[in-house]
Amino acid sequence: MTYELKFDVERGDFETAGLASRKIKKTLQQLGINNKTIRQVSIAGYEGEMNLAIHSDGGYISLMVLDGELVLVIEDTGPGIPDIALAMQEGYSTAGDEVREMGFGAGMGLPNMRNNSDAFEINSEPGVGTRIEMHFNTKT
Amino acid sequence: MDKLLHSVYLDSEKCLGCTTCLRNCPTGAIRVRDGKAIIIESKCIDCGECIRVCPHHAKLAKTDPLSKISQFKYKVAIPAPSILGQFKPKYSVAEVLSALKALGFDEVVEVAYGAEVVGRALKYEFHAKRYPKPLISSACPAVVKLIQVRFPELTDNICRLKSPMALTARLVRKRLRDQKGFKNGEVGVFFITPCAAKATMVNNPSSSEYDSYGHIDGAIAMKDIFSDLHRQLGHCELDEDIVNSTAEGFSWAISGGESRYLKNKNVLHVDGIQNVINVLEEIECGKLESIEFFEGLACIGGCVGGCLTVENNYVAKMYIEERAKCLKETSIVHMSEEYVKEIYNSGMMHIKERILPRSPEPLDQDINKAIEKMKKIEAIEERLPRLDCGSCGAPGCRALAEDIVIGKAREIDCVFVLKDRLLELSELTNELLQLAQPTGKNNEEKGEAKNESK
Repeated sequence: MTYELKFDVERGDFETAGLASRKIKKTLQQLGINNKTIRQVSIAGYEGEMNLAIHSDGGYISLMVLDGELVLVIEDTGPGIPDIALAMQEGYSTAGDEVREMGFGAGMGLPNMRNNSDAFEINSEPGVGTRIEMHFNTKT
Repeated sequence: MDKLLHSVYLDSEKCLGCTTCLRNCPTGAIRVRDGKAIIIESKCIDCGECIRVCPHHAKLAKTDPLSKISQFKYKVAIPAPSILGQFKPKYSVAEVLSALKALGFDEVVEVAYGAEVVGRALKYEFHAKRYPKPLISSACPAVVKLIQVRFPELTDNICRLKSPMALTARLVRKRLRDQKGFKNGEVGVFFITPCAAKATMVNNPSSSEYDSYGHIDGAIAMKDIFSDLHRQLGHCELDEDIVNSTAEGFSWAISGGESRYLKNKNVLHVDGIQNVINVLEEIECGKLESIEFFEGLACIGGCVGGCLTVENNYVAKMYIEERAKCLKETSIVHMSEEYVKEIYNSGMMHIKERILPRSPEPLDQDINKAIEKMKKIEAIEERLPRLDCGSCGAPGCRALAEDIVIGKAREIDCVFVLKDRLLELSELTNELLQLAQPTGKNNEEKGEAKNESK
């Protein structure tokens, strides 16, 4: 049996960003997923939400609960990342001053997603959009 | 997992089932069933919000009466620092403590004393490498329980130094045994408590904070002895040597009092249970990585805002701050660093067991069945009005949907669903009435009615 949760996140929507990862956390607790995995998904999901709010033209975050694993997808409709290798470097950020003043844009978003997931895949095309897929093992 | 005991309980005669507590409970631990509030034990963290908000004073905290002290040969009161916020600073610390002693105690030892020892030991514990950052204060038992229940991944961050209350009790017992030769059963140590959460700790013998050397025999609510104390103030014998705290110790009564011991560290202190929840959520998703120490207190203003205090929390905070300003020495001069280190290294101030998560039960142990239930919950939620009015006895529509799926409630507990069903039913009744006229009375009329209904 599978289960899916999906949330839309708009650009600049800092007010509700964080809601999706909170909802995801509560749902995973009710489904009996282990605490460590929940924390990893919370961190990755939160970073994903923030990236959507800060950098994207809008997108969604979705979570699939499958037998033995969780799949977290962050997808947007642009603007896309020109140099993925550079974007994946810890500390690299294109966030503007305004966003940094709010405490975001430390350049740890993508690395945190990669470090907290068991499998991480990113595809991006400038002008089209970015899709990140993360897998988390739930078999203990 | 040990049994969860609580000190918050309901006086069901006073409860009108008004849902005020239901809507204010930060962990969704209350339901109203058959017109009375009930507490779901596994979700309650003893924060005392329900006691504070109940307009009918039906929510109470289990504490001990002052008369209980008569069971002991030697009676010691250990008042929480917040006691000094209950009285105007024109009454000196010595006067307040002497008044407390005059209620029948042989000795008064301020928990502020233990607070200063714990506070000064905090820097050693901070550098102990075993904690993930941020280190989280263990001072507020309601916050510790909140983390166990709602933020299970953060339990390893909780500081494993005993609370000032537990350490004070331990130090008092040790001194009375070593210096005065008292046996343990002869000495009665009573905590004068500002809140329900501390009372729970005292009443819960399995609490990991305790060992047999630091036993506390009872928790007496500050508000229960307030008027007696007031009567004694200025009239009882004054004991000038009774004071053993300083500003650094009694400032633990207000939010930030503990954090100030960690100088040059990135500390964050937050008070009010909902605020604490909001910040812990940010910590949990990794947002506040620069914070090195987090002090969360369940009551607004800190312990001065406890539900068993009398004075308004802002006024009490002002009194504490005024007292601190007037003192020449802010820290105990004669408490040497060696003494603090000695206690720290002796292990007597450490909580021995790990603080474990108390994650809520999943919908089902089998993930497929849990998913099935989750889908049912969502389907039911769709049919509910999403007004979160509380009339059904659950704190919101989602909670009602969850209760229905686990068999604890019915969909018609929702007044809106019930109204719709009644409407459907009355339409059906009307229809049936018109269809089913009594037989043998007037066949013509019956025939007409049948035609009309078509």
